[in-house]
Amino acid sequence: MWEKLILFFPELLLAFSASQLLLFGVSKKSNRADIVRYIGIAVLLLFAFSGFLLGRPNGTAFSGALVIDNYSHYIKFIIGLAAAASLIFAKPYLQSEKLDRHEFTVLLLYAVLGMSIMASANNLLSIYIGIEMQALALYIMAAFNRNSLRSTEAGLKYFVLGALSSGLLLYGLSMVYGFSGTLDFDQIAAVVEGGASPGMIAGMVFMLCGLGFKISAAPFHMWTPDVYEGSPTPVTGFFAAAPKFAAMCLIARICVGPFGGIEDQWQQVVIVFAVLSMFVGAIGALAQTNIKRLMAYSSIANMGYALVPLAAGGEAGLKGMLIFMSIYVISVVGVFACILQMRIRNGMVEQISDLSGLSKSNKGLAVVLSMFMFSVMGIPPLLGFFGKWFAFMPAVEAGLVWLVVLALVASVIGAFYYLRIVKSMWFDAPAHEFVEAPASLRWVTTVSAALVMPLLILPFTAIPATSFISQAAASLF
Amino acid sequence: MFDNVPILSLITFFPALAAVFLIIIARSARSDEAKAQIAKNSPFVALLVSGVVFLLSLILVVNFDGSTADFQFVEDTQWLGGGIDYRMGVDGISILFILLTTFLTPLCILASQTSIKERMLEYMVAFLILETLMIGVFCSLDLVLFYLFFEAVLIPMYIIIGVWGGKNRVYASYKFFLYTLLGSVLMLAAIIWLYAQSGVQLGARTTDMTVLIRELDVPLGAQTWLWLAFFASFAVKMPMWPVHTWLPDAHVEAPTAGSVILAGILLKLGGYGLLRFSLPLFPDASIKFAPLVFTLSIIAIIYTSLVAYRQKDMKKLIAYSSVAHMGFVTMGIFAMNVQGIQGAIFQMLSHGLISGALFFCVGVIYDRMHTREIAFYGGLVKQMPVFAATLLFFTMANVGLPGTSGFVGEILTMVGAYQVNPWVAAGAAIGMILSAVYALHLYREVVFGEVTNPKLETITDMTGREMFILAPLALFTLILGVYPSLVTDITAASVDNLIADITASVSANTLGGR
Repeated sequence: MWEKLILFFPELLLAFSASQLLLFGVSKKSNRADIVRYIGIAVLLLFAFSGFLLGRPNGTAFSGALVIDNYSHYIKFIIGLAAAASLIFAKPYLQSEKLDRHEFTVLLLYAVLGMSIMASANNLLSIYIGIEMQALALYIMAAFNRNSLRSTEAGLKYFVLGALSSGLLLYGLSMVYGFSGTLDFDQIAAVVEGGASPGMIAGMVFMLCGLGFKISAAPFHMWTPDVYEGSPTPVTGFFAAAPKFAAMCLIARICVGPFGGIEDQWQQVVIVFAVLSMFVGAIGALAQTNIKRLMAYSSIANMGYALVPLAAGGEAGLKGMLIFMSIYVISVVGVFACILQMRIRNGMVEQISDLSGLSKSNKGLAVVLSMFMFSVMGIPPLLGFFGKWFAFMPAVEAGLVWLVVLALVASVIGAFYYLRIVKSMWFDAPAHEFVEAPASLRWVTTVSAALVMPLLILPFTAIPATSFISQAAASLF
Repeated sequence: MFDNVPILSLITFFPALAAVFLIIIARSARSDEAKAQIAKNSPFVALLVSGVVFLLSLILVVNFDGSTADFQFVEDTQWLGGGIDYRMGVDGISILFILLTTFLTPLCILASQTSIKERMLEYMVAFLILETLMIGVFCSLDLVLFYLFFEAVLIPMYIIIGVWGGKNRVYASYKFFLYTLLGSVLMLAAIIWLYAQSGVQLGARTTDMTVLIRELDVPLGAQTWLWLAFFASFAVKMPMWPVHTWLPDAHVEAPTAGSVILAGILLKLGGYGLLRFSLPLFPDASIKFAPLVFTLSIIAIIYTSLVAYRQKDMKKLIAYSSVAHMGFVTMGIFAMNVQGIQGAIFQMLSHGLISGALFFCVGVIYDRMHTREIAFYGGLVKQMPVFAATLLFFTMANVGLPGTSGFVGEILTMVGAYQVNPWVAAGAAIGMILSAVYALHLYREVVFGEVTNPKLETITDMTGREMFILAPLALFTLILGVYPSLVTDITAASVDNLIADITASVSANTLGGR
């Protein structure tokens, strides 16, 4: 009994603290958002490191509904840190926009709880519970600025399209259940091993499409730009980091777990997602002027790149995907911490042209944001380059050279719009003077900027970090 | 002597460390006055640093053993793991390019001190980082490390063109960046393929260049694709016709020192890459594609010479002439014999000096009149006799007058090409005549004739600083012209080794005319 509870400790921690914080928040008239947020950050950090604190236990809980392995430990580690960073950088925004309510922290904790269940899902039902739990929290967060038309529109749009995707997913789940007669991943894998029936394959495709919505892979990406643009900026930053990571890892788990026996089938779907996403992301971003919309297309394109190693399959592919996604999360957190510093005296601005001449007015921010841009472009010596290297290596090894060449060509197209941001900051005359950002924001940018400077840290951290990722990837096989 | 000192890393990273130092000093300044003072003094720091680096690289060359083709001053440290390690080393092919880089950079910094008017500190930081990256390219013996430096060069150069460039700088900087990026990502795909293949063939994956060259046996079909991928990258960098169009724009818009570095060093990265990677890694494909390269080279030499003649902008004219001169380099490299490859290396070094000097010369009058239009000038000999003499010297060197380094490079590559195919050499010879046409045309229009433009009556001759910059360039152009063994002695062993490598892996009869 206790052993199972220890396995389930991270989720229990989140569920308990989220509900207690909700009660604590409503129990008094005075605004307790600040104290709730600090506790939330502490809880998330504890959650992130819980795997290490508990000695990374392995096993299944609740009659196999949840599996706790190195893979789920790693996912929880990354989403915990990303969510904590989102809470830190949300504070100045929420306070200045008069949105500082304790529900924000509580919703975020519930969303992370959902993602945590997704990370450990070992059963068709737990997939659905995890996804719905995080999605419902995210819908509300998108509409958190309820007095803003754009924010409520974003929330509604996200909800309607998200419900559609849940429908697809549920339909797929029911088909897989119908054709295999079991909910459990291991038993499905055993059924699939001997060859899958067409119904089973259809179910798998429906499932992948439903999950494709969640990672905003093209052709299921339509909601992304609008939701990203309309949502409050810290929420967008959160959307782009943790849920994407969790959903991508869930896709990977489903592909190599229950459907490991029909790799040739899901590989085609993944390749189609990858190619479409890369090019939709790269070309769609070209005409954007709003930096949040641009980041939406950028994340679509990045999901495409992340799917490339997955298409290669195998342990190496999984490892490549994990490295790429981790680096993506670091960059996204950094970029959004920079975007949140784009504040002039009468409010936030989010046009690319507002960044004009930033290198003169705020050199530190300009240097850091340029570094992130060159990193997501994949220019060495920044971390983004190594992400691409580790992501594309398994694909080349698996003989998908053409896919890698397509990805690289898309990344050159994508370079254009990142360069446009750099151009605004360095080549144009100054437009506004930004208000000085609070120290917490600057710390988030500094830390993530230090992380994308691999020349300084890679020789020292490469070995433990990659061994953690290798163990995570290995635990699925 | 350097058994315990990682001299290559020292030379490579010292400028970058100085750049970081400058940034930290500037960040710590509180008052605007102090900031202005730091910006004003930053060129001296940069000059000092690049001077020290030059001296270090001189020591390196003096200690270099020219009798062996092995890599020297080798450093090998664990880096990314999985066969991707930090490997540095130089041989006869690369060492002189390092010297060229460290030689040109202080001159560029010296020239920029007066011609750059704003954001001096950032400019110096960009230049120091650029120097680190350029030296790194020539030192790395690991494909990933090489790619890292090769591609990272884009960042400071993009900033230099875009921030301190001319009117059309944004367009030029985009074009420069995207063109070269597209070329290099294809090379990246090829590098990944080689890395994966080394795991299959050698048992352990590696990007160690020496191991790959010695032990990896790439099947011919794959060689074709890989060669094309590497070529895409290097041809854009060179630049070869027809992917040369970014160069005139970049040259015209870049500040003087940017143009010098672009013409002097960055163009050489392409030629160096072909010598270092394309030939030894894919010898069969290189021989297969040699006719294609010859054709492109001859078109480049003749066509861009003609284009150069029609230019109205001085920098554009010199930019097109660079494309033509790089045509000699590719021709020499793919002749794949001693004269051709020696000539190609010599031509690259000599072009680095001469085109650099020509861009400095344009900078001299641009700083005074703020235009590069050829029609604007005329009769400068009356007001600027020293300038006229200097420009004459470098124009003649550019044409390839015997006694200057330009002659040696061109004649060697042509001798090399003649042994393979006389017609190729004949085409190149026509190019030499055409180069005299455009170069003398430029000189006549700018220097001779009457002073037609009243604005020119007040123009002053070269200052001591400008003479100080151009004098060493002229000196080396002359020395290399009359005593080319200075270069060829150092490169000989490595070039022989390279050719031996190629011939060893290819059966004798496919080499044809050799």
